[in-house]
This record gives sequence, C-alpha cells and structure tokens, in this order.
Amino acid sequence: MAVGYQLWMSHDVAERIRRHGAETFPYECCGALLGRDSAFTENGGSNQQSLEPPREVVELFPLVNRRDDSPRNRFAVTAEDVRDAEKAALQCGLDVVGWYHSHPDHPARPSTFDREHAWPWYSYVIVSVMSGAPAEMTSWRLNDDRQDYWPESIGIRNRAMA
Amino acid sequence: MAVKVIIPTPLRVYAAKKDSAEVSAQTVGEALGGLTTQFSELRKHLFTDDGKLRSFVNVYLNDEDIRYMAKEATPVKDGDVVSIVPSIAGGYNTIDPPRCCS
Repeated sequence: MAVGYQLWMSHDVAERIRRHGAETFPYECCGALLGRDSAFTENGGSNQQSLEPPREVVELFPLVNRRDDSPRNRFAVTAEDVRDAEKAALQCGLDVVGWYHSHPDHPARPSTFDREHAWPWYSYVIVSVMSGAPAEMTSWRLNDDRQDYWPESIGIRNRAMA
Repeated sequence: MAVKVIIPTPLRVYAAKKDSAEVSAQTVGEALGGLTTQFSELRKHLFTDDGKLRSFVNVYLNDEDIRYMAKEATPVKDGDVVSIVPSIAGGYNTIDPPRCCS
C-alpha cells in the first residue's frame, strides 16, 4: 500500500503554476515538472513503498495546450513536447518528474479522463482556478492497477534539497 | 533481429529500473511484445485490455513515428532503436460536478 508520497517545491515554483493557470483562464494550462526523485535515483525504491523519500520540483517547463477543440476542459501535450521537456530537464541535470495542469472553475481533483490518460510514477499537479483566481492546488500519482490515484502532499520549501 | 527498446522514465519502475532492453524481433510489434515478455508489469501501461497500444503511447523507430510507417507491423533490422515516448493528456469531465454544486 502506498502512502506518504511527498512533492516538494519552492514558493516561487508553486506561484508560477498558479499564475500560469490564471493567465490561461478560462482555458486549461499545462506544463512539465522538472526535478529530482531520490527514491528513483538513489535507493531503487519502487512506488509501492510505504515511506517514500520526497520528490522535488526545481523548475517548470510551461507548454502550450494543444487541445484547440476543447481547451476549457482538456489539455494535451504531444510526444514532441515531451521530448522537448526531457531535453530541457537533461540540460539542467534534472528529470521530468511530472506534469501540471489547471481545472478552470472546477475542483483540483483528477477526473476519470485524467486517470484514463495518466502514466504511473509521474506526479500530476492540478490547480483549480475559480473565476480566474488560482485556488486549491493538489498532486496525485496513478496507482499500479490504473484504477485510482494516490494523493501526494505538496510541501513548500525555500531551499533545494541537498 | 536484435533491437534496442528505450523505456520511458515512468515505466522503469516496472522494468527493473532499466532505461532500455535488448530484444529479438522482426517488427516493432514483436519488439514491444518481447519487452512485455521480459517485464510483464509493463503490459497494462502500454496496451489496452484488448491488446491495442494505448492512445497516449507513442512509438518511434529510430526517429520516425511508426504511425507514419506501417505501425506495429513496421519491420526492424539489426541495431534499430525503438523508443516509447509518452504523450500527456487530461482535464475535467463535464459531468464532474463543479465546486459550487458539490
């Protein structure tokens, strides 16, 4: 059973996600989370451990929502965008550890559509933007059987992890 | 034919943390099948229950998207590299209740 997922980010990174959501309102924003995952890089932990070392977001890679047909309630990141994000992460000595997007005028909860299109391991940060103002921000990880998400607590810190 | 399959970061936890695997195959589909034979936990993340590649799973042979080739029937040769590249999608369902109604 997986409990205790943690995603750390600075106040600045958190504010940039919120601001991106406000800027694109009433459409969804999206982008990549660039950072480090100590469980993956250091001790070989799987995502089924009960006490996961934290994951940290160090930088963002904002992207353009490719869903022209339904940008109010859908976002899409192409494989080419993913490759660009991975290259940007590599240049900074980081990994793509997840993705963020906004839910305009909806709660920051993953939808069925989110789950059906999710990948395991990645952190999925969702920011709710209500009437143009950023509101709750949450993070989630898909569980191994693809049937649900584990909540991931977001910790705000002002220094990078050692 | 011996080909290399590049495993994307989110799936490496299901592949003994490996970033690639060597498989023997005649086509891209066989290469993916060989990969999921080695690492069975990968299957549900790459394929639907009826055995089709999931829509957000993109496969490249060297640098070419196989959708513009012969898809999974695309033949491979010794030394080819098959890359699995995610695409990302999401958003709320219109049937999900907005906060004001929940």
